Amino acid sequence: MSAREDVLRRVRAALGGSGAGTTAAGKVGTAPAPVEVPRAYRATGVHEAGSAEVLEQLVDRLVDYRAHVQRVAADDLPAVVAETLAEAGSVVVPPGLDEAWLGDLPRDVVVHRDAPDAPLSALDLDATGAVLTAARVACSETGTIVLDGEPDQGRRAISLVPDVHVCVVRADQVVETIPEAVRILAPHAERPQTWISGPSATSDIELDRVEGVHGPRTLHVLLVA
Amino acid sequence: MSTFLGLPGLRRREATSPEGGDPTEPWGAVPHPDEPLRWGESFPAAAKHTLKNEQLRRNLGHATATIRAKRAAVVDEVPDWEALRDTGSAVKEQVMAQLPDLLAQLEENVTARGGVVHWARDAAEANRIVTEIARARGADEVVKVKSMATQEIGLNEHLADEGIAAIETDLAELIVQLADDMPSHILVPAIHRNRAEIRDIFLARMGDAPPDLSDVPRELAMAARAHLRRKFLSAKVAVSGANFGVADTGTLAVVESEGNGRMCLTLPETLVTVMGIEKLIPTYTDLEVFLQLLPRSSTGERMNPYTSLWTGVTPGDGPQEFHLVLLDNGRTDVLADSVGRAALHCIRCSACLNVCPVYERVGGHAYGSVYPGPIGAILTPQLTASTGGVSGADDVNASLPYASTLCGACYDVCPVKIDIPSILVDLRAREVDADRGKHKVDPWKAAMKAASWVMSDGGRFGLAGRAATLGHGLGGRDGVISKAPPPVSAWTRERDLPAPPDETFRQWMAEHEKDGGER
Repeated sequence: MSAREDVLRRVRAALGGSGAGTTAAGKVGTAPAPVEVPRAYRATGVHEAGSAEVLEQLVDRLVDYRAHVQRVAADDLPAVVAETLAEAGSVVVPPGLDEAWLGDLPRDVVVHRDAPDAPLSALDLDATGAVLTAARVACSETGTIVLDGEPDQGRRAISLVPDVHVCVVRADQVVETIPEAVRILAPHAERPQTWISGPSATSDIELDRVEGVHGPRTLHVLLVA
Repeated sequence: MSTFLGLPGLRRREATSPEGGDPTEPWGAVPHPDEPLRWGESFPAAAKHTLKNEQLRRNLGHATATIRAKRAAVVDEVPDWEALRDTGSAVKEQVMAQLPDLLAQLEENVTARGGVVHWARDAAEANRIVTEIARARGADEVVKVKSMATQEIGLNEHLADEGIAAIETDLAELIVQLADDMPSHILVPAIHRNRAEIRDIFLARMGDAPPDLSDVPRELAMAARAHLRRKFLSAKVAVSGANFGVADTGTLAVVESEGNGRMCLTLPETLVTVMGIEKLIPTYTDLEVFLQLLPRSSTGERMNPYTSLWTGVTPGDGPQEFHLVLLDNGRTDVLADSVGRAALHCIRCSACLNVCPVYERVGGHAYGSVYPGPIGAILTPQLTASTGGVSGADDVNASLPYASTLCGACYDVCPVKIDIPSILVDLRAREVDADRGKHKVDPWKAAMKAASWVMSDGGRFGLAGRAATLGHGLGGRDGVISKAPPPVSAWTRERDLPAPPDETFRQWMAEHEKDGGER
């Protein structure tokens, strides 16, 4: 019997299935009673996506995680991107990023365009100062931004290896609760997702939180209204 | 690096003293067990040793108090916390009831997206599968994301025997590995170490730690970052566990903080994920429940810094070869127990450890398993049921259900409402029943039985209390009886008994009621 068949047979035996033999310990279980799953939790928040309350909460949570957050008017975005990346030296951008965002970038900031047919190596990314991406959705209650690998966010490695991540989030992408965010992501669950809540951190030393370990040590969120 | 002394993944495996470690180890005695789920000493014996370690108790007291306060604060701000727990609990119950179908569904979806699904009956089979994959890629080194499943099967030790170094990349896991230690907590395996000890471990074993390294946590974290950076950038094979496997999409989830998980899950060409068969959730949208419950319960954060979700292989993004190993290793034995099966609902948050008065005092190593604390006390015996973990009179794991005061704090904080106290009581009964058939009079059980006869009746209890005050003279100078005459000796062999007072509470009450309640 293959391991697959054997494990599935044991599971059936554990659940009282007849003719399935016993588990490794020689046991036969009983069938569990059918379960009704209650869903009394909040499926939506109190406030609309992108509302003032939701944006304020997102900023509060991100700042609590020691992320740098700026509220930006759409027209000012290229200037703020330029200012934020001024010291970076070099920046990697995903293939589908809005080129206008880079419009004001100083000349001495080198732009690497990551592309499916010409991906940067991990070592190239390690030598790059920053990464600039868009986002898919954000959740204010937990201060979480989700990237799902679409062309304006790029593959996972580019937002991971450089030490500074500048992430542009549109106000209308911000929902209040996790269920709202999950339901936006669900139609494309197969996309590789990274949920980001602040810069990398650890609580492994005396359960004391320290920001900045292996992922980007600095997270800038540019919240565009 | 010629100065590298740590040999991660190459744990020394020579026999150790029954006390669970060599006291001449540089950072105190550390256990080197052969079996990850059965370290060799019974809980009462191991606890006697660890209770003497004041440093350990201070470290744990500090860390668990910190995390308890953090958890309480972020749980309090969620208005529908109880509703989320109810859903989480019911979803897990549903998973167990439909496990064969959900496993098949997960397999189908992972395979459809280019992943390869393997099945492992036990630890040896899982270890063999991972080793063969690493071998086939020509890797003599794999990077690892912290994972309880791979701890449970002793994967690192197995790989080391096969000449493959497993590099732990989680900070706490790295500390444990460099110190050649064992984990003492599900979430923070090095919780028993304070910052000064960690600094010393890094300086002595990391090989490339800056010589002027201080014990400031941020500096220690930076040292780990620098140490592991090159490993991440060059690793060919990564090994991870999974927090959740989503049946209806084939999506896997790893919840983490440092970014070491993202590194391992993204940069190497080959990824092997070892997942217990109970880690399933039926649908992608069920993540909306568990990704609220887990972070707040475990690190006491509104959300952990990073969560990675992936489904099979995504061309051009991340590992282009993905293997999922579905692990039984005793889980079906747990599932066969209609009461104990709820232990499989566990999402490994570790909240029950952090609130447990027993864990806080004895520390994780006393439980003699990679699963310590209240959840370990119900999971370890059941996972090892096929080798006597529940009912073996001589099995050290059979004593684990007694590692509790039954105070119930673990149940109150459990995000999926596992009724740990009830399962503990049930397992105790099972252990006693199993012994009964052996026609062997165990004085310990006789004493327990006598106690239950006495305590079930108010009159008898009063009489027994008055009789016990006669034992007042037995107490030593510290008011503790550590050796009493039979039959009480059966009790004091296992634990110390406070010397009875001059008068019982009942006598005192009776006296004072006569006086009109004045004091």
